[in-house]
Amino acid sequence: MHIPDGFLSLPVATGTAVLAIAGLAIAIRDVKNNLPEKKVPLLGLAAAFIFAAQMLNFPVAAGTSGHLTGATLATVLLGPSAAVIVISAVLILQCLMFADGGITALGANIFNLAVVVPVVSYVIYRFIIGFGTSSNAEPDLFKKLLAILIAAWISIVAASIFCAFELALSNAAALQLVLPAMSGVHMVIGLGEAAITAFVIANIVRLRPDLLGSSSYVNNTADNERSFFALGLIVSLALAIFVSPFASSSPDGLEFVAEQLGFIASATNLLTQAPLPDYSVPGIESLMIDSLLVGLIGTLSAFVFAWFFARWLSAPNT
Amino acid sequence: MRNTLHSYQELNSWLHRSNAAAKLFAAILIILITTLFTPGYWPGIIFVTTVLISIATSARLHWPALLKRLLLLETLAIGIALLPLLQGRGLELFIFSLARISLCLFTMILLSSTTRFADILSVLWQLKIPALLITTLALMYRYLFLLQEEMQSLNRARNSRTFTPQRQLIWRLNADLLAQLFIRSSERAERIYGAMKARGWKG
Repeated sequence: MHIPDGFLSLPVATGTAVLAIAGLAIAIRDVKNNLPEKKVPLLGLAAAFIFAAQMLNFPVAAGTSGHLTGATLATVLLGPSAAVIVISAVLILQCLMFADGGITALGANIFNLAVVVPVVSYVIYRFIIGFGTSSNAEPDLFKKLLAILIAAWISIVAASIFCAFELALSNAAALQLVLPAMSGVHMVIGLGEAAITAFVIANIVRLRPDLLGSSSYVNNTADNERSFFALGLIVSLALAIFVSPFASSSPDGLEFVAEQLGFIASATNLLTQAPLPDYSVPGIESLMIDSLLVGLIGTLSAFVFAWFFARWLSAPNT
Repeated sequence: MRNTLHSYQELNSWLHRSNAAAKLFAAILIILITTLFTPGYWPGIIFVTTVLISIATSARLHWPALLKRLLLLETLAIGIALLPLLQGRGLELFIFSLARISLCLFTMILLSSTTRFADILSVLWQLKIPALLITTLALMYRYLFLLQEEMQSLNRARNSRTFTPQRQLIWRLNADLLAQLFIRSSERAERIYGAMKARGWKG
């Protein structure tokens, strides 16, 4: 999901850079105030670990393989603010030394992968962990792994949606094309990311349970919570900024679709090979229902997958 | 990986010797100008191409290595470049955006193969980037290659013990390897903290 140079327009590149700098500033302030000094070297080592971990191939099928991106893993292990810094550091090094991800798109890449993913991961993780448990009880492993699986999947898809909106706002591609393409691909990639993250956490818990949990890195002080709310505010603000141009140009959903008719018709032909290309209006409607349905089925099956996977991983003697 | 990057950074040419800040800003400027070309503005593309080729040639860089890195990175960028083509905006736009991406990638390749990361970090330091981020970047770069070698040796040891690996088994073993690597990294971080503290580090 690393956006290269040459795809983002100047306003989008500047806007995402401002959001990325704001997110990084909040995270740095939070870590400075709340992370014990002796944990500071861990940030660098964790960044090196994430970088190295991205090079380990996990075979998928037919000779293809995937790898970990690690933002949710860093969030669970180090807390959201530290994860923002660690993943940003990885992206800065990849951009400057490995030419992976453009320098004009660095702000967007940091925002999508190092701010959105940790924030969304942490919200989902905390929500599921807190669901049906009293605040003081330590959640069991099954619940933690389930939360990690769902958090990893949703956060990757969320980052890809932000990425799609940024590309569409920059006129690099039409939203109707780039949004389903990006989110669809990342709904599949997200499954792998979720599985690897949960696998690694399950192993760390088995070997060194003290490295994970509320007592280790994440201290929930009031200041800590405030910083996290500020990070969350930046993400929601970005959502408003990126989505509103599309919303305002379409006072009515149907009008908007009609306006974009040409684009959708060609996209339908390419992506789904509609049996009746000339049969345009009902085709569009079914495309919308289709994508809704696909989203729904995708979310549900990801949940079912997460449930059984977490159960299997947390079962004793596996 | 260490070898491929370092063997080119340590060479001696006017480009290697010139100031890291100047190189960084020149690279950003070239990329900015290139990305602002309106689609179809070929004279601009030709001009930037000439500039970059003459820089690389006068610095006597190893062309096969540069092109190999460019091709490797190109595959990652090509996916997004294909999007306008799918929209039916035409082949010319696709070729133009491909040329633009290649020039931007090539600029960054030139920068990274003639500048040491430590020098870039000192530029960031002068730009008043927070110390915490610079410490993280410096430590990451310092230990990246070490962790990678550690991972490779864990992987090699495992491969020599696993005769018929099944896909499911590889996933479990890989996850175990990453867990081991993280635990080793965090233990190493504790030792580094001790060493930094002993040498008078104050956060």
